[in-house]
Amino acid sequence: MLLRHTPPEIADRKALTINPAKTCQPIGAMYAAFGIKGCLPHSHGSQGCCAYHRSMLTRHYKEPVSATTSSFTEGASVFGGQSNLLAAIENIFTVYEPDVIAVHTTCLSETIGDDIPQIADKAMKEGKIPAGKCVIHANTPSYVGSHVTGFSNMVKGMVHYFSEKTGRHNGKINILPGWVEPADMEELKRLAKLMEVKSILFPDTSGVMNGPLTGEYHMFPEGGATVADIRDAGNSTGTLALGEWASADAARLLDTKCKVPCKILDLPIGLAATDRFIDTLRQVAGTVVPDSVSFERGQLVDLISDYHMWTFDKKVALVGDPDQLIALCEFLVTLDMRPTHVITGTPGKRFEERIREIAPEANVKAGQQADMFLLHQWMKNEPVDLIIGNTYCKYMARDLDIPLVRHGFPILDRPGHQYFPTVGYKGAMRLLEAMLYAILDRKDRDDPEETFELVI
Amino acid sequence: MATIDKKRTLPTPEEARQEIIKKYPPKVARKRAKQIVTPGEGGQGCAPEIMANVRTIPGILTMRGCTYAGCKGVILGPTRDIVNITHGPIGCGFYSWLTRRNQTRPPTPESENYMTYAFSTDMQDEDIIFGGEKKLRAAVQEAYDLFHPKAIAIFSTCPVGLIGDDVHAIAKEMKEKLGINVFAFSCEGYKGVSQSAGHHIANNQIFRHVVGTDDTPPAGKFRITMLGEYNIGGDAFEIERLLEKCGITLVASFSGNSTYDQFARAHTADLCTVMCHRSINYVADMLEQKYGIPWIKVNFIGAKASAKSLRRIAQYFGDKELMDRVEKVIAEEMPAVEAVAAEVLPRTQGKTAMLFVGGSRAHHYQDLFSEIGMTTLSAGYEFAHRDDYEGRQVIPSIKVDADSRNIEELEVVRDEKRFKPRKSEAEMQELMAQGFPYKDYEGMMAQMSKDSLVIDDLNQYEAEKLLDLYKPDVFCAGIKEKFSVQKRGVPMKQLHSYDSGGPYAGFQGAVNFYREIDRLVNSKVWSYLQAPWQKNPELSATYVWE
Repeated sequence: MLLRHTPPEIADRKALTINPAKTCQPIGAMYAAFGIKGCLPHSHGSQGCCAYHRSMLTRHYKEPVSATTSSFTEGASVFGGQSNLLAAIENIFTVYEPDVIAVHTTCLSETIGDDIPQIADKAMKEGKIPAGKCVIHANTPSYVGSHVTGFSNMVKGMVHYFSEKTGRHNGKINILPGWVEPADMEELKRLAKLMEVKSILFPDTSGVMNGPLTGEYHMFPEGGATVADIRDAGNSTGTLALGEWASADAARLLDTKCKVPCKILDLPIGLAATDRFIDTLRQVAGTVVPDSVSFERGQLVDLISDYHMWTFDKKVALVGDPDQLIALCEFLVTLDMRPTHVITGTPGKRFEERIREIAPEANVKAGQQADMFLLHQWMKNEPVDLIIGNTYCKYMARDLDIPLVRHGFPILDRPGHQYFPTVGYKGAMRLLEAMLYAILDRKDRDDPEETFELVI
Repeated sequence: MATIDKKRTLPTPEEARQEIIKKYPPKVARKRAKQIVTPGEGGQGCAPEIMANVRTIPGILTMRGCTYAGCKGVILGPTRDIVNITHGPIGCGFYSWLTRRNQTRPPTPESENYMTYAFSTDMQDEDIIFGGEKKLRAAVQEAYDLFHPKAIAIFSTCPVGLIGDDVHAIAKEMKEKLGINVFAFSCEGYKGVSQSAGHHIANNQIFRHVVGTDDTPPAGKFRITMLGEYNIGGDAFEIERLLEKCGITLVASFSGNSTYDQFARAHTADLCTVMCHRSINYVADMLEQKYGIPWIKVNFIGAKASAKSLRRIAQYFGDKELMDRVEKVIAEEMPAVEAVAAEVLPRTQGKTAMLFVGGSRAHHYQDLFSEIGMTTLSAGYEFAHRDDYEGRQVIPSIKVDADSRNIEELEVVRDEKRFKPRKSEAEMQELMAQGFPYKDYEGMMAQMSKDSLVIDDLNQYEAEKLLDLYKPDVFCAGIKEKFSVQKRGVPMKQLHSYDSGGPYAGFQGAVNFYREIDRLVNSKVWSYLQAPWQKNPELSATYVWE
């Protein structure tokens, strides 16, 4: 079951994508919508889209992923999906009673041209939306961008529908975490709290996609950013948008809509990016960094120093999403490792530039045909010491016998990402630990008996 | 004891039905009421009518997937040597990449196997606006240049149907150009009401473009096909082991552990056996009409069912030596199975199960549960039709609605050159007189208790109601349902993908399944749900530190 038919000779492809390094917009929109408290994501299209997204998110989180669909049939595809969405809205509010329905479109409804705000408006006029509840939406055509674009669009939708400037300054800092794991969102809140910064973080999937097992099932768990908080984001002092691809659009909209200024930062993965996050947070909130945060930083630096000889000069291939890859590559360079091949299916010229700035020697490609097939070919031509990417990488890792550190989406075969962060200093320590385990386990496996060592 | 207590509090089927539908808007309630029946409602010896294979209600949290998933994922997914190109935006190809756990075993590691690869045209907005035919044509060429496969298949996703790309014309053109078989499936996700339409579309095209293109029969005296077996978790490997042990030749499998060549010579078999009636009965019927191969329903899920199926195959061939060998194999295999059943029985006996999955699994797995003393309280299919519930005798009375009419019915005529009656009319009559179930399937309800509840297209809300009302010991469905069930402390077994388990088919599979259910329903984890302070919240005395 390996990838035996990937030739090392690289032929130019213009039409065929093989082993994609991205998926489509709607799943990102669905994931983002789970970060609103009391929200039911709704997929306006064929029911297969919703089934696929729910399955993939469920496999990744091992958590309930409840979302509904307009279940288009051929008729809806010809005549438009208005009656399906109207029926869905009525059924959802009657049966599941969410506070918010977050509709995202699909390639089907986008190609037809369904106008979601008009349909939602009609539902409102027909009394299908109970008082105090709302229907928001994001356009997420699957043939534009990637899953990251869909996430970004839904976060933008949250600002568009909810955020308001009511004139009262709340003295808070908005943090748009980007497409990170629930544990990462939790970690960002913890850091802000340590720094005594009052923050509004959205979307927030912590407590939603990493809930406890207690014998009770709540379709709408306690977690998630409240609508009231997202509304209040319009009164905040400023916004830190983490990750250009996933968060910048929403932050800019908050700026134009509510005059909340924003700074767009890299995801705080690794030492330098976390430093910038903490330092910026300190400056915009006008606070001091407590010793406890500096202590965590010091521990990370200590760990880097303790094991530097095992990270030094190691070549790494990475595949994933732009925001993650930029921060990861920078972290690798911090560790004196060498990002060698970098692939993302998400389009963006700026991405290739950023990676070249960080790692001038790296092979880098983004967008169409930037896929794992190409990455596999690159690695056959220039081998690496480590692969960082999602679970699909295990096939290349086994084929080439290269250690793999799982990072990104989806991770279908290992636990951890739900519960333990990779952002912040603690997160960087966890990432470094994972890399060291992979590298040193391999060394222990391969070392001849006479150099097999107790102390490393 | 637990079971007896449970029985006392079980609602009647009518009470359960009313409880389930009472929160629905009236229109939804009316429809759902017709999809919830109890076998006891039927007349003398026959199952009641159930509404099935109808549209999913928008906004109701369904288990169902789409036509593309049924075609590309289910039917064509397990065949290893066809390059399957998804024509559409990237998502569909991505989600159907290796996620169904259908395994395959190429003869050598270097043999053709493209199952680990996902191929897509990754359509962009300009392709949607100006048409994607040019890109598709180029993608087929690029795939050919890279891999030189013996066949390339093209799968249409939703927007392809809307913008009108002629995938079949491109397939034909590329077939002529490349000299290999290239064929396409109009399996847009919006067609039909569930995956089921995709199975039908897949069956049609495989039958039209591949079956009958290679007349070389494999060696062997007793040649069969296995239809509707998808090698989830290695099921096909166990069935192949048994068939080989019995001296039965598997000409073709549709489609677990299969190859293109198997499809091509499927018509050289002398008997077709059907595992999943829903997904593949079309091919069985077409193989009979065109080539004269009779078919029977078999079931290799459950040790007794497996034994029965092997005996039926032997009965068909009517060969004494084969019959003896089958008996010998059953006699060899059964003791190990019975030993494990006896071992787990004290821990599983009297426990209850619910099964909501597929188009046949919710039926087949009831056998395995009953072998370890467990009762099925409620079951239903995700995408089946009335005949899968009520039996094939209802087929003539099934109303064809607009959604089904959109799915092509192939006009199959006898292939005069290749048609060969495998049995004379008299021989078939004689076999049937002996109880040989030629072309018969009695459906799920025939096997279920009169007061059980049969629910078509169960949704998440109804599943929660069932858990509240019946408190089953294990609930079986798919990945999307798994964790909303388990959060409530009820163990959940995936019967689409088997979680990470399997095989569950045949004799060794039965052993695996008994052990798995024993592990699941008796796992210690279900006793940890409450912390000590939650069990005893009252402080009886303050702890005094000495």
